[in-house]
Amino acid sequence: MTGGRAIILGRIREALRNNPAPRPHTSHSQSEAAADHNGHAQREWLPKVGETLPERIELFAKISVGLTTEFHQVPTITAARDLLTKIAAESGWKKIGSHSHHDVDALLEGIELPIVRTEKGYAIDDLESCEAGVTGCEVLVAQTGGIMVSVESAGGRALSVLPPHHVVIARTSQMVPDLTAAFAHAKKKYGKQFPSFLSFITGPSRTGDIERILVLGAHGPKRLTVILLD
Amino acid sequence: MATQSADFQTLSRRYTADKGFRAFIQKGMSGYYKKRDLNKANFQDWQGARDLAAEIKYEAINHLDKYLLEFEEKITARGAKVFWAQNAEAARDYILKVARENNVQTIIKSKTMTSEEIHLNDALEERGFGVFESDLGEYIVQLRKEAPFHLVFPAMHLTRGQISDLFQKELGSEATDEPEKLTMIARDVMRRKYCEADMGISGTNFAVAETGMISITENEGNARLTTSLPKIHVALLGIEKVLPKLEDLSLFLPMLATAGAGQTMTCYNTMYAGPRQPGEPDGPEQLHIVLLDNRRTELLADAEQRDSLGCIRCGACLNVCPIFKNVGGYSYGTTYGGPIGSVITPHLRGLKDWKHLSAASSLCGACTEACPVKIDLHHHLLQNRRNGAKSSPNPLEKISFGGFSLMMGHPALYRLAVIFGRIFQPLQSVVNGTILDPLRAWTGSRKFPTLAPQSFHQQWKKDRGGKK
Repeated sequence: MTGGRAIILGRIREALRNNPAPRPHTSHSQSEAAADHNGHAQREWLPKVGETLPERIELFAKISVGLTTEFHQVPTITAARDLLTKIAAESGWKKIGSHSHHDVDALLEGIELPIVRTEKGYAIDDLESCEAGVTGCEVLVAQTGGIMVSVESAGGRALSVLPPHHVVIARTSQMVPDLTAAFAHAKKKYGKQFPSFLSFITGPSRTGDIERILVLGAHGPKRLTVILLD
Repeated sequence: MATQSADFQTLSRRYTADKGFRAFIQKGMSGYYKKRDLNKANFQDWQGARDLAAEIKYEAINHLDKYLLEFEEKITARGAKVFWAQNAEAARDYILKVARENNVQTIIKSKTMTSEEIHLNDALEERGFGVFESDLGEYIVQLRKEAPFHLVFPAMHLTRGQISDLFQKELGSEATDEPEKLTMIARDVMRRKYCEADMGISGTNFAVAETGMISITENEGNARLTTSLPKIHVALLGIEKVLPKLEDLSLFLPMLATAGAGQTMTCYNTMYAGPRQPGEPDGPEQLHIVLLDNRRTELLADAEQRDSLGCIRCGACLNVCPIFKNVGGYSYGTTYGGPIGSVITPHLRGLKDWKHLSAASSLCGACTEACPVKIDLHHHLLQNRRNGAKSSPNPLEKISFGGFSLMMGHPALYRLAVIFGRIFQPLQSVVNGTILDPLRAWTGSRKFPTLAPQSFHQQWKKDRGGKK
């Protein structure tokens, strides 16, 4: 089946050649900013983020409250394990999903629950019946209270969205100020070989489709827990 | 009169007469206004952000060929297939072909207005495919066999009672008046569908030329599941949605969230660079990008209104529009309602049948002010009125405006008209608003002011005329 590639491109070129449009009227002079285009300019307009790490952690924690993300800062991996064991017991987890990842492996050491590992492929129903998915992440974004995940850092596409409770482990060194920095991190780490999936998760799944009333856990996780390791 | 125009008249009259409905829509919007304003205030400079967003869109739209080719090259190198569809039919045929060739039976969809535009569900269902909308609002309107009421809030016109009744009837669930319980009923139904479906169809909010990615914004997680579990992913993409750089998303994602739903960020903003890559544990084996023109190039050729291709479909202009809030989404009779729909529909579907939509505006400019990418919406509505008048002139309108212009240009005629007015106004008041009233289009719902016994001119002459 041949598409209309040549025709559509022809129409676009004809439209643009014959009818130039004036630049938009703007009150600020950012023609250069848009031309420069590496994201620095955008920081001047977007929500402000503190300069120091404690300020950024504080902002992330504050936004998490609004998003109903359960944010915990723990001093050691042992404390993180204790926290996870407590959550698992309280929530009655019987099976969890996870993937091969340095911090995730350390977190799950000694946990006595069956684990579905995703990194080498998995049965969808097996993962769907897990009560929680435990993953790492690329970075945490202070500006938005977001978590950037990828195939590599979150065990594929589904692990962080299919089970009803998503637990993320991160280190303070992974806290970045804003989205621009998160994209810069991804570009630096992956160069031209991006994973096929890269996502910002900002709070547990939600909907307002019925009378604009907020309900958590529409299709994805009802709970989102972030454990930040000092 | 065209049927579209007559339908608009009938439906808008019906919806505006329903006070309860209008109050319900207002109530639904009130929470949005509050959250939107709070989030706008968090921006260091919302107006500056709008300027920058408009600049980036200007750059992208005015070099559309370059950025589309860059996008195509990059995402093709990652194993995706890009199909350039000139119109709705070509897009539908391609998707049907992919479905047939892969023996697809069940299709799960996440929210995509572009698929509404090309009437994809009907085409798929007619050929026996099971099609399920996974977005809660879309699922509700699909069960009701309705179109979405609003670009972003598809089922905002329905009460929980109506939804409960619908679920009882269609799904055999128990009655409830709790939105949470209703949401969980839909969640349980969809869980099975994600696992069974062979094909997932999504829309696309942005495409990134630099890295060859598509970006999808959603709150529910349904789009992520739709694009993770089935073995084929088809993404519909309007040609206008391409952005030059990956970092552009760091501006557009929060702006879309704030303008669209009053959020800091939408819950999931996901970038896909192709289908599953070697060594990755999950994701579809195939990714098909259906790049849709469907007369967007007509809009592109109109330099005056080209900026309306920058639309990110946030729905902010609908939410503030006094017309939309009163006539509702269905009166428009087209996929894209509200101010942006009234601007682009005449281009996408023909001026002749859709020019009446440009009159569905008070020209208050609230839409233009709300637009995160600074589309000059209310002026475009005026331009559409002008274009409509030019392309199919109304003889009566021509004569009356000719007469008006003649009268205003000649003081003697004007004075004569005022004298006639004073004589005939008492007669008009007898038939006010009835079929005999020549001014009934105006007086049917408004009062025509009584002419003063003396004009300003006459008074001036009498009282001040002698003084220096």
